[in-house]
Amino acid sequence: MNLHEFLNMGGYASYVWTSYGIALVVLLANVIEPLRHRRKLLTDIARATRRTRRTP
Amino acid sequence: MFNNFFHKLASPKYFYHIAGRLLPWLAAGCAVLMLAGLYYGLIVAPPDYQQGDSYRIMFVHVPAAWMSLFIYVVMAGAGAIGLVWRIKLAEVIAISSATVGASFTFLALVTGSIWGKPMWGTWWVWDARLTSELVLLFLYLGIIALYSAIDDKRTAARATAILAIVGVVNIPIIHFSVEWWNTLHQGPTVAKFGAPSIDISMLIPLLLMAVAFKLYYVLVVLMRARCEVLDRERHTGWVKQLAEPQ
Amino acid sequence: MTSDSLTRAFALLLKRDLLLAMRHRAEMINPLLFFVLVTSLFPLGIGAYPELLRAVGPGVIWVAALLAALLSLDGIFRSDFEDGTLEQLLLSSHPVSVLVLAKVLAHWLVTGLPLLLVAPLLGILLDLPVDAIRILMLTLLLGTPVLSLLGAVGVALTVGLRKGGKILSLLVLPLYVPLLIFAANAVDTAAAGLPVSAHLLFISALLVLALSLSPLATAAALRISLS
Repeated sequence: MNLHEFLNMGGYASYVWTSYGIALVVLLANVIEPLRHRRKLLTDIARATRRTRRTP
Repeated sequence: MFNNFFHKLASPKYFYHIAGRLLPWLAAGCAVLMLAGLYYGLIVAPPDYQQGDSYRIMFVHVPAAWMSLFIYVVMAGAGAIGLVWRIKLAEVIAISSATVGASFTFLALVTGSIWGKPMWGTWWVWDARLTSELVLLFLYLGIIALYSAIDDKRTAARATAILAIVGVVNIPIIHFSVEWWNTLHQGPTVAKFGAPSIDISMLIPLLLMAVAFKLYYVLVVLMRARCEVLDRERHTGWVKQLAEPQ
Repeated sequence: MTSDSLTRAFALLLKRDLLLAMRHRAEMINPLLFFVLVTSLFPLGIGAYPELLRAVGPGVIWVAALLAALLSLDGIFRSDFEDGTLEQLLLSSHPVSVLVLAKVLAHWLVTGLPLLLVAPLLGILLDLPVDAIRILMLTLLLGTPVLSLLGAVGVALTVGLRKGGKILSLLVLPLYVPLLIFAANAVDTAAAGLPVSAHLLFISALLVLALSLSPLATAAALRISLS
């Protein structure tokens, strides 16, 4: 299968590539979201700890 | 020795660090298997006699559907363990699975719908698999909604565990009912990629993707579980120390 | 705690709930009116062609029954939750699942049974043949208790929440799907003059399953909601 056939998917390109595209988005989102959430949690916790330490 | 390992694993701190060490390996394994699966599925496997190249959507659709069911069962099982033995880690794993399970269900629905257009000519078709998946999506959304509606995390975990267990008992009933209902309305035009007729050149990428998706699930659930653990244990010393800017 | 005292507790709770419901008779009418109204909206919405109505009738009536049941579910535990009676029930020495069964029975007698009695009227509105109406009543007789039993699990999970009613339908409707499929289809099949024993057996199986397992789930959910 050459590159042209690969991209064209026998005429079904829009169906096949849309499906795989959506799959990619879903898979990436499910990995990126916990990463950001973890970072946010750590900064929030650090901020809260600093605040309680500052109060005498 | 194993007993010691499991005891320590139930400790959130230990779990957090062990899971963290596993993540890169899981990611690497998942990526390799997925690339292999995509290569064999999109390039090596020949076009289908009836469907041409559109059948290749199957390599995402079918594993996603398998995962949607598998994850629900794991979620219900972990919920049950958390409910009966009050193991915090089980509760964490249960809720960490909900969003990724719902995502796979959504993915199965969307890819199924897109695949349906060239196959049956319409964007949505009330075939047994898609309809059951739709109901499964509602079951997932119910769990996510219930968890976020309850303030206390431990109470929320116990309530969603009950819901998940009730749901898992109902899934075979729902699936059977929908399939039965579907045979009345579809007739002989239902095309099933059933087990007996699948060619080996298509089976291999399918299985590769299935295993890749399983590794992906473990990866994501551990990542979410670590977040959940940090959130629950935010008042402990080890978490506060972890949060210290280096 | 003898089985005799348990029977007495069951009967007392049942009587009490029925008495309370009778005092608020207006609340009983609401789901019933909803049932009739929703069913009546369909001919208005899709056109009053008899063949069309006969084709969609069973499904429409059953969906309307589902929604009417959903509407009435909140009442099972709401007032008892608010005045503290629910906590007392959980603290009693009797198994909570049996007490739950008493409350669900009372709820069904007051909300499910009336639907059954009104169903023939709706069957006539949608031009269903007599055989179909007979099976409709039978499916409602077997099915409405399932609606109350499964619904009770959902209510028990959400009774402690401020906005519990909003997610109740999301929790409960997916569980109603098998019942809807088999009940509506039973009526449809009966309208065609074919035997429906298989459908009725399946619905009976759902009823037995719900009777045996859902009070346990409801009791567990109540304990969690009130913890």
